[in-house]
Amino acid sequence: MSYELKPWHEIPVGSIVPEAGSSKVNKTGSWRMLRPVLNYDKCTHCLICWIFCPDDSIPVSPKERFETDFDYCKGCGICAVECPYNALEMVPEMEIKLKELEEQLG
Amino acid sequence: MAQKKVIALTGNQAAAEAMRQINFDIAAVYPISPQTELMGFFAEYVANGEVDTEMIAVDGEHSAMAACIGAAAAGARVITASAGPGIAYMVENLYVASGMRLPIVLLDVNRALSAPLSIHCDHADSMLTRDTSWISLFSENAQEAYHNIIMATKISEKALFPIIVNYDGYIVSHSIEDVEILDDETVRNFVGPSDIHRIPYPLLDVKKPVTYGATAQPDYYTECKYQQHVDFLKVYDIVREVFNEFAEIADVKYDFIEEYKTEDAEYIGISMGSSFGTLKDVVDILRNQGKKVGAIKIRLFRPFPVKELAEALSNAKGVAVLDRADSFDGIGGPLFKDVSTAVMMSQNRPFIHNFIYGLGGREVKEEDFLKAFDRLERLEKGIETRDRFVEYLQVRE
Repeated sequence: MSYELKPWHEIPVGSIVPEAGSSKVNKTGSWRMLRPVLNYDKCTHCLICWIFCPDDSIPVSPKERFETDFDYCKGCGICAVECPYNALEMVPEMEIKLKELEEQLG
Repeated sequence: MAQKKVIALTGNQAAAEAMRQINFDIAAVYPISPQTELMGFFAEYVANGEVDTEMIAVDGEHSAMAACIGAAAAGARVITASAGPGIAYMVENLYVASGMRLPIVLLDVNRALSAPLSIHCDHADSMLTRDTSWISLFSENAQEAYHNIIMATKISEKALFPIIVNYDGYIVSHSIEDVEILDDETVRNFVGPSDIHRIPYPLLDVKKPVTYGATAQPDYYTECKYQQHVDFLKVYDIVREVFNEFAEIADVKYDFIEEYKTEDAEYIGISMGSSFGTLKDVVDILRNQGKKVGAIKIRLFRPFPVKELAEALSNAKGVAVLDRADSFDGIGGPLFKDVSTAVMMSQNRPFIHNFIYGLGGREVKEEDFLKAFDRLERLEKGIETRDRFVEYLQVRE
């Protein structure tokens, strides 16, 4: 992520952040060690995972759960614990990344 | 024109009276001796509807400061009070309050720290706040505590730094003195109305949402602290400005330090808080014996009036720093090291020695300070020698 570094005298007093939405700018998904992988065959779209997600990273419609927003999902695993249908499996991020890399390289 | 009346009050009553007159929006407190009585008096004002203050009884001092931080960030005028171990428990949040640049008034009714447990006065609690970037004022008596609280409210809001007003537990807090009280209107006009826009980013201004307490990564933390550093240096001028404004309503001109017979003094004693009266008496006794001695009281402890003190000590031969707390660091008491810095910056760099006194409420007598002046003079003249900079004044052998 690149952004302009302000000099000391341009920082708002008290080191506050003077506008809303800083949690959107900072993509905290980069911290993730484990990724919740959704098994769509088991998912009933009960939306319990959406209720429990502390980072609001599960996009839903009134009837449907969509794929987790991995820009912000920190991989805490609460969704996997709370899912009544065991539809979520926490998979090490490194395994997934390595797999993706292998596919890219052919 | 300000109306004044002189009434008999304890330090805690005088402080509660200042709090009533200022009419803080929020007081978040947890009781601890010798502060409990102060908040008891103030709770009566709240219960009787004499103030608009919302008093929040919290579960500890750490929470008291947390509540103050939240309320101050919202834009409220906020006060809390504590003592000794309560201040210790608050310390983490003291840094949060100053880092967020929130005006908050904290009354520290000075008390010793455990162990052994002591509810009585020394300055160890306040010394925990030395490096917290809080402004700190020391009061000699109930009158000064009353005045300091009124001035502190204004200083804190102008400087956007929280402020501590210290007064000695029991010695000041529970002793009755004549206190000159200003009328309510004068005090309220002096501090001005409480408006959320006194601070630049009030959380209650919902049209301009802001984040308090965000993370600063290594690429920003230094700049945040440097801004705090630069702004804390501006506090000197703000304190002087408010002291001058206060002189117009109270007919008393305060300064960062108070000098007593220092003009031609060869030996100067320095103390803070209630013991300064005793120190002045000792100066008078020694002056009657023909000795050129003087005394200095530190009123503004943070930021430390290092330039003013360097100037005041420039012509002295010897300085006795009287510390009401020990640092246990192999050097000396906390005040000793601050005064040593001033001595380094003074013209003649007088000889300096440190005495620790009055711990855990030990009564301070004239003979104690006479002993300090005597030892200082003998050391300075080379009649006696020392193997360390710091000595205890009142130890039973």
